[in-house]
Amino acid sequence: MSDESPSHAIGAGVQAGPVVNDFCITISTVNGSGSATANNLLLRALFRMGIPVSGKNIFPSNIQGLPTWYTIRLSKDGYLARLEKDDIVVAMNPASFSREMDFILPGGVLFYADDIKQEITRTDIIAYPMPVKKLIKDADVAPNMRDYIANMVYVGVVGQMLGISLDELYAALDFHFKGKKKAIDSNFNVIKAAADWAAANLEKKDPYRVERMTGMTDDCIMADGNTSAALGALFGGLQFSGWYPITPATSLAESLNEYLPMLRKDPQTGKYTCIVVQSEDELAAIGMTIGAGWAGLRSMTSTSGPGLSLMSEYLGLAYYAEVPCVVWDVQRVGPSTGLPTRTQQGDLTQVYFNGHGDTQFVMLIPGSVNECFEFGWRALDVAERVQTPVIVMSDLDLGMNQWMTKKFDYPDRPLDRGKILWEEDIDALVKENKDWGRYLDVDGDGIPYRTVAGNKHPRSAYFARGTGHDEYGKYSEEPEVWERVLDRIARKIQNSTAYLPAPVLTSDGKSEIGIIVSGSAEPAVMEARDQLKHKGVATDVLRIRSIPFHDEVKDFLRDHQRVYVVELNRDGQMGQLLTINYPEYATRLFKVAHTDGLALTAKWVRETIEAREEKVS
Amino acid sequence: MTNPVSVSPANVNLVGLSRSDYRGAASTLCQGCGHNGIASQIVAALYEMNLIPENVVKFSGIGCSSKSPTYFLSRSFGFNGLHGRMPSLALGALAADTSLKGIGVSGDGDSASIGMGQFKHIIRRNVPMVYIVENNGVYGLTKGQFSATAEKGLTLKKQGVNQFLPVDICAEALVANATFVARSFAGDPRQLKELLKAAISHHGIAILDVISPCVTFHNQDNSIHSYTFGKEHEIPLHELSYVPAREDITVEDYEEGAPREVTLHDGSTIVLKKLDKDHDPTNRLQAAMVLEEARRKNELITGLIYINPDEPSFFDGYGLVEEPLNRLDDSRLRPGREALDQLNAMFM
Repeated sequence: MSDESPSHAIGAGVQAGPVVNDFCITISTVNGSGSATANNLLLRALFRMGIPVSGKNIFPSNIQGLPTWYTIRLSKDGYLARLEKDDIVVAMNPASFSREMDFILPGGVLFYADDIKQEITRTDIIAYPMPVKKLIKDADVAPNMRDYIANMVYVGVVGQMLGISLDELYAALDFHFKGKKKAIDSNFNVIKAAADWAAANLEKKDPYRVERMTGMTDDCIMADGNTSAALGALFGGLQFSGWYPITPATSLAESLNEYLPMLRKDPQTGKYTCIVVQSEDELAAIGMTIGAGWAGLRSMTSTSGPGLSLMSEYLGLAYYAEVPCVVWDVQRVGPSTGLPTRTQQGDLTQVYFNGHGDTQFVMLIPGSVNECFEFGWRALDVAERVQTPVIVMSDLDLGMNQWMTKKFDYPDRPLDRGKILWEEDIDALVKENKDWGRYLDVDGDGIPYRTVAGNKHPRSAYFARGTGHDEYGKYSEEPEVWERVLDRIARKIQNSTAYLPAPVLTSDGKSEIGIIVSGSAEPAVMEARDQLKHKGVATDVLRIRSIPFHDEVKDFLRDHQRVYVVELNRDGQMGQLLTINYPEYATRLFKVAHTDGLALTAKWVRETIEAREEKVS
Repeated sequence: MTNPVSVSPANVNLVGLSRSDYRGAASTLCQGCGHNGIASQIVAALYEMNLIPENVVKFSGIGCSSKSPTYFLSRSFGFNGLHGRMPSLALGALAADTSLKGIGVSGDGDSASIGMGQFKHIIRRNVPMVYIVENNGVYGLTKGQFSATAEKGLTLKKQGVNQFLPVDICAEALVANATFVARSFAGDPRQLKELLKAAISHHGIAILDVISPCVTFHNQDNSIHSYTFGKEHEIPLHELSYVPAREDITVEDYEEGAPREVTLHDGSTIVLKKLDKDHDPTNRLQAAMVLEEARRKNELITGLIYINPDEPSFFDGYGLVEEPLNRLDDSRLRPGREALDQLNAMFM
């Protein structure tokens, strides 16, 4: 029984009956022990039983040896946000054993490896030992595989005690090992032996169990945001990606490599239509990406805070020289090296102003794994349409964790290549307009027409530069030319909202309380909204999906007396951007922001809003 | 460009273009700057090679050198990038159409200091392009600071005496496994032009370290980066001629012993006539020794120091479609619905 889900959150007290499909399991292991496979098996088996689940990996910046936790939340109501406490803890790591005790709710459960000879200090929980060493000894596995296979013991024991179907665990193994029979069977044999041992030796004393459900996971898949972003980009016609390894963005670029053979081998020739280059650093990653974007390739890089800082200068050039490119910023905790393996929405203001001089960057903020896929292709469209860098603000929680999400939708429109001129187009444009210049605002929307290298028309070429230039790309230091070009670019960026994803409003009619949220903070906010509603407090939620802001954002501020801006950072960065854009409504904004490396919880969001609302009433 | 020599107007080349079709805007560099001489030789080389300007892309970083791409080939696309970061820009752009010839112009400040990392890595990747370092040992645009190629003991007006040993562009290129390393001198236009042609024909990275005196801030007669020193002390490794593909090499021209020949990827040939030294530019160890010897004796050796015409270039390893990537139509860039259905099933 989760302390925060709406059915129990409000003074529910100790639950007498069974708790079905609505609790939280945390598995505590040693980093590098191979537990990821076991944890994903449990997650996927539950998902296959039709139960809404989310999995979060809380891991150290370390390859082997430090404690790591994996949390699986089951929620029959479909809530995916993090919970603060656990109903069930599986303790495999002696080093963190005493700490685990603090996180178990009264009446909760502790599964522990029975070779951990430490005192169980809680009397209000139910403890089940697991003879991990013995079961592994009995199993016929190679010595070097024992530590890894040991994790299958808790899969079997926990599965048996909760009622997770062995068939579904087998199917999850089949998924994980891509049908490799030998690997599937050796793991399954241990799971089965552990389940049999539990059935024979453990007496069920706790109320938690799982049951098959229907209707909540229809049309859903399990995926992480980084893989989904990569797939989206490959469906968006990505042609070039320069990248440099950095946690938590690495798996995005690695996914490009993984899926290139399946998705981007030319069916006619078997040759590739996309090139992925691991660069020497982020300075080069963005340089390559901008070079490719300038020359007419759908171009992208992926990084995180420290890398983004290194990319600032080149992004400024791309802003001013009007070069399309996409940057995925999978945010982690800053400043500095910060907490590299923890999550934050801490780069919003940096990206907004990224660079010296007057700049403003177009930002997309996906709020789900499904949207990571969608923005994967859409960002490339926007970049080429608006001829500017587009920064997609993902984060570690979204990017690296497994989420239940709607199936990927096939792009609902053709590729938008923007205003690009090939040989015959130049003749047509010159005929119609009597002129062509790289930075001429022909259509009055601030977006000029561009040519790219390889165009053989004798008038196609121009010299791109970060120095002052006029409408024909010629070097200029003329005061009025400088101001005119900069002003047009500002207008272009403002006009770009026509091509950006609009905010999403959730409302049951009009409340005077508004909540603004973006990105991966949404699940906690939507759950908190339900909890508030349950207590008779109605709220409207607006999820921002892009910057510059759509007019709907201003309307939302106008229509609500108090607007809580919920975000995962210290300073309330989204609130700061709203204040800059809408100073007339600044006094309506309330910061609901904090950062400790972990994802927001509904409980914290609800309590913070409640505390403020009490002051109002 | 392979037309048999036929009657054509005297002032156009085989692709029907005149020299002025290869020119750029008027230079805004100082009069007498070595960089202007290099720009002239780029114009001459491309004109004589019958390359159409639209098939060339120019790149540069920041500094006096990096302004010069506007002084040649106005009809070519160009991108003036960031200080020391021309190489990455060029790599990305050239991926869009690998049939294009890339010419990057950098300087000793741009490549030997802030850009040392990108300089080394574009070499290591063997990205097919010409990479010219206009090397004058001094920061011109910021008015006369030492660069990393300035020799130890050099005295400059405001800076005092340089305390540090210089970076040798060619030596750095060689240890980074460059497939084409040459040094030339802005005051030796004939050799420079031939080297440029060879560099343009090379299938891989071609590093051209061109001593290009700065007449305003650093042209001291005793310095290796000056006109006087170069004119008086340049030691060419060989007399070098570039022979385009399908033209016969007339060996009779070389009476003093058989010339060396190096055949490039596109069928053209570099003919090297022996001078005082008998340098074999296909021998990497000899190349290193020639550089070390020149360093010890403070000699300005010029010519083709090293070449390996047979290494695969960067793009060869990616198995890309034949046609330029930037001309692929949407149907070849977006996978079909069945592929997405398959993926969705995989993630169930």
